[in-house]
Amino acid sequence: MKESTALRELSFGPSINEALRQEMRRDPNVIVIGEDIAGAAGRAHLGFVDAWGGPMRATRGLITEFGPERVIDTPISEMGFVGAAVGAAMSGLRPVVEVMFVDLIGMCYDQIINQAAKMHYMMGGRVKVPMVIRTAYGTRGDKRSYGGGAAAHHSQTLYSVLAHIPGLKVVVPSTAYNAKGLTIAAIRDDGPVVVLEHKFLGLQAKGHVPEEPYVVPIGKAAIVRPGKDVTLCGAGRMTHLCVEAADALAKDGIAAEVIDLLTLNPLDEETIFESVRRTHRLIVVDEDTPVCSMARDIAARVAENVFDYLDAPVKTVTAADTPVPFSAVLEAIYTPRVEQILEAVRQQMG
Amino acid sequence: MIVSKATPGAAAEVGAPNAREPVQQCLWLYERMSLIRQFEERLKWLVETGAPVGPVHFYIGQEAVAVGVCAALEETDWVASTHRGHGHCIAKGVEVAPMMAELFGKLSGTNRGKGGSMHITDITKHILGVNPINGAGVAHAVGAALSAKVRKTKQVAVAFFGEGSAGVGTVHECMNMAAIWKLPLVFVCENNGYAQTTPVEYACAVGKIADRAAAYGMPGVTVDGQDVFAVLRAASDAVERARSGAGPSLVECMTYRYFGHHQSDDTTRYRPAEEEKAAKGRDCLKGFRDRMASEGPLTLAQLDAVDQKNKLRMDEAVEFAKSGPLPEAADLHTDVYVPAEKSPS
Repeated sequence: MKESTALRELSFGPSINEALRQEMRRDPNVIVIGEDIAGAAGRAHLGFVDAWGGPMRATRGLITEFGPERVIDTPISEMGFVGAAVGAAMSGLRPVVEVMFVDLIGMCYDQIINQAAKMHYMMGGRVKVPMVIRTAYGTRGDKRSYGGGAAAHHSQTLYSVLAHIPGLKVVVPSTAYNAKGLTIAAIRDDGPVVVLEHKFLGLQAKGHVPEEPYVVPIGKAAIVRPGKDVTLCGAGRMTHLCVEAADALAKDGIAAEVIDLLTLNPLDEETIFESVRRTHRLIVVDEDTPVCSMARDIAARVAENVFDYLDAPVKTVTAADTPVPFSAVLEAIYTPRVEQILEAVRQQMG
Repeated sequence: MIVSKATPGAAAEVGAPNAREPVQQCLWLYERMSLIRQFEERLKWLVETGAPVGPVHFYIGQEAVAVGVCAALEETDWVASTHRGHGHCIAKGVEVAPMMAELFGKLSGTNRGKGGSMHITDITKHILGVNPINGAGVAHAVGAALSAKVRKTKQVAVAFFGEGSAGVGTVHECMNMAAIWKLPLVFVCENNGYAQTTPVEYACAVGKIADRAAAYGMPGVTVDGQDVFAVLRAASDAVERARSGAGPSLVECMTYRYFGHHQSDDTTRYRPAEEEKAAKGRDCLKGFRDRMASEGPLTLAQLDAVDQKNKLRMDEAVEFAKSGPLPEAADLHTDVYVPAEKSPS
């Protein structure tokens, strides 16, 4: 007999929306704050509410349930409102801040790296800063005939400069399922957590999302596809690239294991090490630029800890070491591609 | 009153921004406003018919601000622009063909396909950049004004910014620094009422952005940004003050963007239809034409000829953009660093 209720599926933005909504219901101290997170601020009397809802529409509809006291549109003042979230977190709230695009962390970097990240440590563990920074990142990377994407100020990844900071947890969901669970985990965490949301996951991220609240633990990677011949490891959209590569390799009889990092800091080293001990080969795929990157950090950790298990040098596939170009033909080769992963595997197997 | 009933001169086709002769000046003002409008309308059509030009922020409706301000400038004066920067570029004299090629991601574009709409610029026209990081360009204009002062060049810098960016800390820091150093700078706030969907009355604690000038000890005026002559008068006063060494000013131009924040934005979610209708009824180009019809010195036939010429320029610009070469793979890695041999030893 046919199932009467199919498993409910959600796409990426709506799953984050549900996480925010459920945590706001659960805890009246959770607020969301940022630019145009509701939109049409102050215009309810004219019949306008909830005009936008962020690049992923992740905050759409929250204002109609929780009102403007807990869903706070801001002026264009990142330095001010991220800093205000730090102070609010120190004094009883659990703010979820939206920095519209990760490129804009330049505007509020002091509050993130000097204030939020270090407050707990500097004050001898006596102060907590339970805040979340949600921010959109990433390139589309497809090759259209001409024209381009959002260029150097609206396409970056930049998670390396966040994961670099001690005291800051950094998570990168790749699917609707782990986006909801990681967002809830981030809100419930007593320290500052940055959640990086890829702008162009599309249908790849869509899938079953349970209706009840749940946590995907911070600091734990996931093996999304088991294999014995080579380990491919990525985060966000790169995880899907690794799966595509694994599909292609399977046709050649190569069983690739795919690890979705999910958290960049603190990194789940053991899942990576354990996989390398079995497959003896590692390729790290990283959408950020290569210098001081997660890719090279992971390569170094593997070299230091499980070098003896490697049958080939660790390979990294990263964005080009350039700003993000505008032209679509350049953006397509700036961003990591499946064929680069396949080439890296061929080199390791050769 | 700038405009008189002078007879149009034979060589008055293009005009010149700083010409004291009214016919020349009026021709230039209209030619630039019309060219911006046509560039943006053509671009809008291209977007709507599927051209993947990336995110674009149309300047349609605000033409009188860019043109009125740039008409008060010398060629070597500096301008720093915003994310909504096509109008500033055209007003400052950037050619529309390489601009359009840039939007098509072509090597023949102003930025060799590296920048796109949000970075489109031409430094040879003394534009410090179009810039989608709110408030960033304002600081660059402070720097250009500082440079002019230190090097004693008599140049003036203009910082264009939106009323949304008036909330950015950088802008406040810049106003204070420009004032304490008496820099040759004009802050031009284009108040189009909305930062994406956020209305100015929500985001700004005082009624006018110009009121903030008092806090930094500089003059602040609010003018009708749909009247190119009003913008030009205010800008000329501020530029003269800046060039004389008396320091910066703030000119707030009340204007309206006719369409969404960018091509995917739906204004019906946050703007009343009556407001849009009323604002579009005060169109700067229509206002200019009405004024010429009643007061001169130009005739409507002359203005139609300008429009027609601009239409041909836009046809050529689109053709230039479409036929230009795409960048090649090696171009990805060019211009990340200045090669050592190109730096002074």
